Amino acid sequence: MCTYRTTTLPVAGSGKGAEGWFPVTDASVYFDHPVHAPADHTLNVDLRNPSRGASARVALELDPVSARALAVAILDMLDGAPPGLIPS
Amino acid sequence: MTAGDLTARTVEFAGHGGDTVEAYLAVPLDARPAGGVVVIHHMPGWDEATKEITRRFAANGYLAVCPNLYCREAPGAAPDDAAAVARANGGVPDERLVGDVAGATAHLRAQDGSNGRVATIGFCSGGRQSFLAACSLDLDAAVDCYGAFVLTVPPDEFPLRIGPLGDRVGDLGCPLLGLFGADDQYPGPEEVTEFERVLTAAGKEFEFHSYEGAGHAFFNTDRPSFRPDAARDGWERIWTFFGRHLSD
Repeated sequence: MCTYRTTTLPVAGSGKGAEGWFPVTDASVYFDHPVHAPADHTLNVDLRNPSRGASARVALELDPVSARALAVAILDMLDGAPPGLIPS
Repeated sequence: MTAGDLTARTVEFAGHGGDTVEAYLAVPLDARPAGGVVVIHHMPGWDEATKEITRRFAANGYLAVCPNLYCREAPGAAPDDAAAVARANGGVPDERLVGDVAGATAHLRAQDGSNGRVATIGFCSGGRQSFLAACSLDLDAAVDCYGAFVLTVPPDEFPLRIGPLGDRVGDLGCPLLGLFGADDQYPGPEEVTEFERVLTAAGKEFEFHSYEGAGHAFFNTDRPSFRPDAARDGWERIWTFFGRHLSD
């Protein structure tokens, strides 16, 4: 099925796309058909900077198990960061 | 001239609001007057798979054009990048879709080889849009391939800013062919059944086929969702349908 489900949120940081590094300002997270990954559905993340055009994008298409493991790893890494390094 | 000979190229025409719309045009080399098909791409955009479908219609004797519905948001961008922008923006507004399909229809009818008859076919989100076009424009036939949210509203977490089309059923001005996967959830079998019910109640000419063992996007030959039996039968239904409604 085509789920269409999408969450969008502002983000701050940098990503490396087809033309090198650029500041990322927007993220889309969705579980839907991938463009490239060999699966019916993947957890997809777009990190974008719309002010720099459509090509300013870092794209990920992950199988659901990988996506969940990555999310847990990210949260664990942030939770375990030394005190004072992450602004509250 | 050998059957299947065709030419294909990128063209431009005036779409909604007079905007210049980029499109992929494929026409048979055979000079006999032919019907036209507007191919409405799926949510992943104006991609290679959809252009291949457009050429397939030309190879089978039809004038075919596929407008790039995302050309405003992402001019010149790769199809996947353009689709990401369109998704984040909530999809294509219905009014704009109708205007762009109207431009595509006029472009086909202006071709030297046109017999004046034009149909739409759309896949995924384009299936709903094919139906919308058939309720809004002067068309000779329309095909809806697994389009969701024809009668229902997308849930709140969905990005699409579109409404249901139930109140437009009475405006359907041409025969409709619907091809669906019985295992699909968008549209699910209950939505397809309800769609049949309202079309019947409105006295519209239509035929629907739902394929067991097939889900969404069963025509996509390069995806795991491809179901060869359903796709083969679906293409035969399309050729029969267009043969009936797009001939002189």
